[in-house]
Amino acid sequence: MDRLPRWADLTLVPLVSLLFAAVISALVLLVIGQSPVEAFKVMVDGALGSPYGWGYTLYYATSFIFTGLAVTVAFHAGLFNIGGEGQAQLGGLGVALVCLSLPWPHWTVALIAATAGAALFGAAWAAIPAYLQAKRGSHIVITTIMFNYIAAALLVYMLVDVLKPVGQADPASARFPVGAQLPALNDIPGFNLIFERPVPANVTLLIALAMAVVVWALLWRTRLGYQIRAFGKSEAAAKYAGINPVRITIIAMLISGGLAGMMSINNVMGEAERLLQNSSEGAGFIGIAVALMGRNHPFGVVLAALLFGFLYQGGAELGLWTSIPIEMRIVVQGLVILFTGALDMMVRMILERAFGLVRSAKAMRAA
Amino acid sequence: MTMMKHLLGAAGALALTAGVASAEPALIYDLGGKFDKSFNEAAYNGAERWAKETGGSYKEIEMQNEAQREQALRRLAEAGSNPIVTTGFGMSDPIATVSKDFPDTKFVTIDGWVDPAEHPNVLTIGFAEHEGSYLVGMMAALASKTGTVSFVGGMDIPLIRNFACGYAQGAVAANPDIKFISNMTGTTPAAWNDPVKGSELAKAQKSQGSDVIFAAAGGTGLGVLQAAADEGILSIGVDSNQNHLHPGSVLTSMLKRVDVAVYNSMTQGAELDTTMQALNLASDGVGYAMDENNAELVTAEMQAAVDAAAEKIKSGELVVHDYRTDDTCPAATF
Repeated sequence: MDRLPRWADLTLVPLVSLLFAAVISALVLLVIGQSPVEAFKVMVDGALGSPYGWGYTLYYATSFIFTGLAVTVAFHAGLFNIGGEGQAQLGGLGVALVCLSLPWPHWTVALIAATAGAALFGAAWAAIPAYLQAKRGSHIVITTIMFNYIAAALLVYMLVDVLKPVGQADPASARFPVGAQLPALNDIPGFNLIFERPVPANVTLLIALAMAVVVWALLWRTRLGYQIRAFGKSEAAAKYAGINPVRITIIAMLISGGLAGMMSINNVMGEAERLLQNSSEGAGFIGIAVALMGRNHPFGVVLAALLFGFLYQGGAELGLWTSIPIEMRIVVQGLVILFTGALDMMVRMILERAFGLVRSAKAMRAA
Repeated sequence: MTMMKHLLGAAGALALTAGVASAEPALIYDLGGKFDKSFNEAAYNGAERWAKETGGSYKEIEMQNEAQREQALRRLAEAGSNPIVTTGFGMSDPIATVSKDFPDTKFVTIDGWVDPAEHPNVLTIGFAEHEGSYLVGMMAALASKTGTVSFVGGMDIPLIRNFACGYAQGAVAANPDIKFISNMTGTTPAAWNDPVKGSELAKAQKSQGSDVIFAAAGGTGLGVLQAAADEGILSIGVDSNQNHLHPGSVLTSMLKRVDVAVYNSMTQGAELDTTMQALNLASDGVGYAMDENNAELVTAEMQAAVDAAAEKIKSGELVVHDYRTDDTCPAATF
């Protein structure tokens, strides 16, 4: 089978996949008696048509960048980290403990400490499955999934019995002190010229973008990154080359868990300003789709995170301004995941055939 | 039902596209979905009753995640919805933030709490679940032949502990030697809609000797009621009157009139009185359900005992402890 040119592999495959997802979504909308054109207009207007919409799109995207990067790092080591959800929730616990422990003088100080706390807690939650995989051979997919449930149980206990102020009905921690509240984009000089109204997107966005660059540099510009990638491509060859599989498995999972945990500075510290139950709300799982769609490359992850941010915010707008049921938004998100992740090979095969035909036609003419 | 939904949806969409900024009320459902057979659905029923009686239309939104709460409130307020009725304690905090920016819009938080002194345009509606649960707890203890009654909750949160605590207090009051078992379904929001797990828990509780099970777990409770009917023991429904689901097996239902709260708020409209409402036994905000489906299960003595307690609670002679005031329960541990 002919190989696709690199540009086609990077841009055409995801775009054609998206087109398929869009067409099928449109058909489903037609079947339930709704106008796809109207729905698409509402989504685009609501998510991208105003700085206010962008403020929400970017907020969701920030979380997805972190969890997408988390999946990416583990994936390059040949590990499928499905525990981003639990690691993110534990990261939230880390953020809350840090923010509530001291009367923070300024958000910059609090942000550094909370980021460390989030990364530490997320990494610690990934450490146990990593150890079990490296030393005991327990499959990482199974253990990380199970750890999501343990994380949820731990969070319920912490919120209901430990962190919740007495007499409050809401199972949530106390509000963080003012010194530990992050400025939203509309509070930052320069950005406030664009974002005039309060939006949830906050300084964490800049950290997420910086982390994308850091992950790229780590994977392709450092010795550790090379070892991770070599280990992921072939464990036997990596071992033969003197790479310690236990060390790489554990380090890759620690980085992955740390990144997933760091998403909590966006939603817990930046938006809710207190720890809520189920704070990560599925972003850990969306991270898997984001990484798949972003071809496990940090820059691809950023673009895919933006797309899912658009789907989330656009979906919310559908709920606000149309009578399209809530389940329909999940169908659209599911179709995008299905086509970009699971049916990726199908689209590639179609394109490979098309390119093959073009090539042989050219060859015929040349002959 | 679906047809109705489409029609209403179309009406709502028309009103919006016409750019009407009239004082049309809005209803925001908490996470868990509109048709949960319980809490959110009760709110929906109240709104539907209002729409049918007045011929008016209302705007409704289901929440999908936390960040949408504030967004939905702001957008509805900007579009001129008034009053904006919300269900679930999760809406209180966003309302406290948003209500200041829209002083002319009335907000209602059902099951939540927003400081009325600081937010004069917010109506807090709370329910005394412990009082209603106390009555069904008494009835459970009186109906039990094994001397063991049990409780199935959704998630282990203070609100649900308040149901369990009131239930246990009532059971102990009716029979000081009663044995009380309590289980929560899960630790994620999926626990509110897991009838299979609910049915497993009910069977496990039966094997521990329980023969009356009270379910306060949203859609999960349907599994509890089903299992109780299959196993030939009694169950107690919640929020709406669920006696009809399994006639002869559902002992009674603990009523929490969310529908009435929504209906009243919408009826008052923009002129909504925001004096905090504590809906309890005295105001018929909570209670227990009697109809032809459970008439044979509840003896005259049982009903007399429960009604006597209800009168005492109404008059203030008997005080049922509210778990949420100090996070403790005199009759049960969690």
